[in-house]
Amino acid sequence: MSGVDTTPATIEEVPKKLWGYLVEFEDAAELVSAAERVRDAGYKNWDAHTPFPVHGLNDAMGLRPTRLPFLVFGAGATGCLVGLALQFFTNAVDYKYIISGKPFFSLPANIPVTFELTILFSATAAFAGMLVLNNLPQWYHGLFHSRRFARVTADRFFISIESRDPLFEEQRTKALMESLGSGGEVEAIWEEE
Amino acid sequence: MNHSVDISADNLRLDDLGTNLSRTTALVGAIALAAAIILAFLSESSRPHFFYTYVVSFTFYVSLSLGALFFVLIQHMTKAGWSVVVRRLAEGIACNFVLLALLAVPLLFGLETVFHWADPEHVAHDKLLKGKAPYLNVPFFLVRLAVYFLVWIVLSRFFFATSVRQDATGEPNLTRRMQTVSFPGMLLFALTLTFFSFDFLMSLDAHWFSTIFGVYYFSGSVVGFCGLLPLAIYALQQRGRLERAVTREHYHDVGKLLFAFVVFWAYIAFSQYMLIWYANIPEETGWFLVRQESNQWRNVSIFLLVGHFFLPFVLLMSRHPKRRLHILVIGAVWMLLMHYVDLYWIVMPNFNEESVPFNHIDLLCFIGMGGLFVGSALRRLQDCSLIPVGDPRLEESVTFENV
Repeated sequence: MSGVDTTPATIEEVPKKLWGYLVEFEDAAELVSAAERVRDAGYKNWDAHTPFPVHGLNDAMGLRPTRLPFLVFGAGATGCLVGLALQFFTNAVDYKYIISGKPFFSLPANIPVTFELTILFSATAAFAGMLVLNNLPQWYHGLFHSRRFARVTADRFFISIESRDPLFEEQRTKALMESLGSGGEVEAIWEEE
Repeated sequence: MNHSVDISADNLRLDDLGTNLSRTTALVGAIALAAAIILAFLSESSRPHFFYTYVVSFTFYVSLSLGALFFVLIQHMTKAGWSVVVRRLAEGIACNFVLLALLAVPLLFGLETVFHWADPEHVAHDKLLKGKAPYLNVPFFLVRLAVYFLVWIVLSRFFFATSVRQDATGEPNLTRRMQTVSFPGMLLFALTLTFFSFDFLMSLDAHWFSTIFGVYYFSGSVVGFCGLLPLAIYALQQRGRLERAVTREHYHDVGKLLFAFVVFWAYIAFSQYMLIWYANIPEETGWFLVRQESNQWRNVSIFLLVGHFFLPFVLLMSRHPKRRLHILVIGAVWMLLMHYVDLYWIVMPNFNEESVPFNHIDLLCFIGMGGLFVGSALRRLQDCSLIPVGDPRLEESVTFENV
């Protein structure tokens, strides 16, 4: 992030294109009400950036509920069945062995392994699914060009609107974002073409 | 966080509702309990049944107040903000220990009926019970009983009184003091609850022992309380109380706790079962043998497995039922009933190994103590606000949202 020059005019050899606009807020409450306005304006390719989870921001941004629970449930159910099948095959089919007089396939003895595999599958699905649904990991992001954006990990809140949004128009979008902010200027983010 | 919620227009007091309702429920309860006692003393044969089912209902209502006390303690220990608006209800329900101590008195007349170890003739012919006599004897039992209730009454009184005092002054220091007390309080709570469950439930079959039994009773207690809390909120909101202060965000969190402790109960119940099943030692398996050899008790065991775990596990998993109070309250009432079935399943096979003896005496005991329990809680909450209005975290709780 550091070492990237933010002023487009200084490097004239490389052609630049507008990535989007960034505006800064001083507290979460301002961010939430600003997010509501961007949402209502109908933008799709935009994001809000905060140093910590902000309650109610999902609604303010108009985000749809995550699909992750279904993924996790499916993975958990799979893990459950895999655990049972694994023990059935190994204990009752492939290598029958009498252990303390119990039946070859006895459910109470199989529950711990089944339970653990259910957890393992769901936890892995939750972690991997979270990454995939969030488009992570991202090695490059247009906002890396902004120097003041570094404060998003400490004490500042931001909203960015990308130029690839169908509704994006340089003048109008900039005007909208200027009307949102708490006095901080709207920063144009340029990236190399 | 930023959405300010105005609760000033909310009705935060019980007022005449408290007077009328507490009188009615207490009256119904007293009549039902008196009827059960009269029935038990009219016929010699139903007397043992009465005392056994009295243990079921008694441990059931004690567990609800214990669950409430746990709820209050854990909120202070974790300095929780979300729960402030529902904490007063828990504080009020926890204060029922005074009533419950009184309700323990009739049981003293049936000690020899219910507990074999309390019957000197029985102990004389029983080598194991003789060996356990230094712990399992009537005087020491009574001392322990007194200690448990003393601890519970002092703790619940302290949290209720301090919180009510804060309503007037709004002093943050009182919150700090409650947080300090909650830590040793939780230790005392854990010890007293564990030994209470050993004394009242495990010692019904004094040959048997299970070291996890206290945790089992604890998990059921919290399930019971998390079932009672949505029901209490629902009943109050239906009558125009707490309409703005308690929102679906709070239902959601109470529902999460209910769900978590449903799973925790199953985890503990299975841990207890599997070790005994695997080791297959006669002195341990006897307890489960009784509950699966007779057809009727086996059916109750399976009903518990399905009704106390599988069904609520599937139904409460999604966030949607938890955020709709009228659906959550159905699950909550169901879990309350299942918690009663759980205790019935623990106690009653000691009375009748062959069949489930459920009849009007069980019902009268359950309703009788329940009426008094509700009446006493309402009476307690009568003279104070239904939410701790002086709590420094009230604002945080009122505007709380799940991410």
